[in-house]
Amino acid sequence: MTQNSTQLVATPGQTIGPFYGYALPYEKDSQLVHRAHAGSIRLHGVVYDGQGTPIPDALLEIWQADESGVISRETGSLVRDNHTFTGFGRVAVDNEGHYTFTTVNPGATQEGKAPFISLVVFARGLLNKLHTRIYLPEDTEALANDPLLSSLTQERRKTLVATREANGDLYFDIRLQGENETVFLSYPGA
Amino acid sequence: MTANTDETFDESHVIENDSAVIDSDAAADSQDFITKQINQIHDEYQQGKAEGKPEETQPRIDFAPYRSSVLRHPTKDLHHADPETIELWSPAFGHRDVHALEADLTIQHNGEPLGERIVVRGKVLDGAGRPVRNQLVEIWQANAAGRYIHKRDQHPAPIDPNFTGVGRCLTGDDGSYEFTTIKPAPYPWKNHHNAWRPAHIHFSLFGTDFTQRMITQMYFPGDPLFSLDPIYQSITDQKARDRLVATYDHNVTSHEWATGYTWDIVLSGSNRTWMEDEDAE
Repeated sequence: MTQNSTQLVATPGQTIGPFYGYALPYEKDSQLVHRAHAGSIRLHGVVYDGQGTPIPDALLEIWQADESGVISRETGSLVRDNHTFTGFGRVAVDNEGHYTFTTVNPGATQEGKAPFISLVVFARGLLNKLHTRIYLPEDTEALANDPLLSSLTQERRKTLVATREANGDLYFDIRLQGENETVFLSYPGA
Repeated sequence: MTANTDETFDESHVIENDSAVIDSDAAADSQDFITKQINQIHDEYQQGKAEGKPEETQPRIDFAPYRSSVLRHPTKDLHHADPETIELWSPAFGHRDVHALEADLTIQHNGEPLGERIVVRGKVLDGAGRPVRNQLVEIWQANAAGRYIHKRDQHPAPIDPNFTGVGRCLTGDDGSYEFTTIKPAPYPWKNHHNAWRPAHIHFSLFGTDFTQRMITQMYFPGDPLFSLDPIYQSITDQKARDRLVATYDHNVTSHEWATGYTWDIVLSGSNRTWMEDEDAE
């Protein structure tokens, strides 16, 4: 390791604005796997503002391990071939603030760890990106031992755990503000 | 506004108005009023800094002069997390994803786009000054008349049939990127009365960790609209604001072809334990 002591100051972020339309969305952007893929699920929900009104112009990205917990190093997130799992997805919400990804349940990257999907939120009116996590609801023991979830109150940790729907889909709302405001994260060095 | 009403389709201009909180006259606020609000926040910041509060390097996410931020910023502090697993890696991109020609926004149609042809180049580095290699850089922008190709942009400026304003590239081994494009123009928006955005190019960037993911805007030096713009001014510190302004570089300018700008981008620090091969210079 040759890390030197230079610490450069990060460039400031800015809002994505409303007009990213032909730049960021692309064909099959929200399809990490084909719908016909065995074990495919829908991950969906709504992005809300501080008055509980859905936001029509947010853009979300997810990045996750595959079903067995492997972090993909494959390229091909922009030009999808329907076979390669790259772990990355992007979706613009619709006019009702709703988003849908087609993906798989992420596996635990280490035994006993609570699996989660990393999520980034961008929106007009949001001056910088927001990071959060989407945890799967099932493994209650792993959830109870998770360092991040354990550092939150019961009330707040609920905002990071998705709901499992009867058909196996995951439901996860994002609230930028107000009651049940989603827990957003900052990382060391950021 | 109701959930199923598209807020912008029927308007003749870009809407940037959250009418529910800001009273319906908000879009009629004068520039003087907005500027006064901006200056007040900046003065308070300067005073705080003089009293020992930390220097700010990122935009405020709660910045009332930017009306759309009022209902869209978290009110609770960001929760400190130690990045784990997937957060310590970024998705991989390659030339399967991005074709080399996508970095030239002036050759995407049958004819030449109108406006001042420019080259923008720079490096993407992480907080330790290491080049961010083979990562995706995406840009989008208005055309030379200040119009986006977007169904919701109804600003009555001409669409250029030869300019979509969208480009991509992968950074090189030294973290470098380069785009050929057209200098975008300022455009009006409805944050307040007579609100105009300084000319800018939107940039989207990935680092080596997903925690470094960033979207920002690059501005052009000497823009007279800087002091009036609540989005640019949401960065309270002048030094930090300056980091978003490209430099005119006559060495990048090419003879009878394009003017040139350089702009380096620094992502936040990486939390990964670096392997030898990744760290090799």
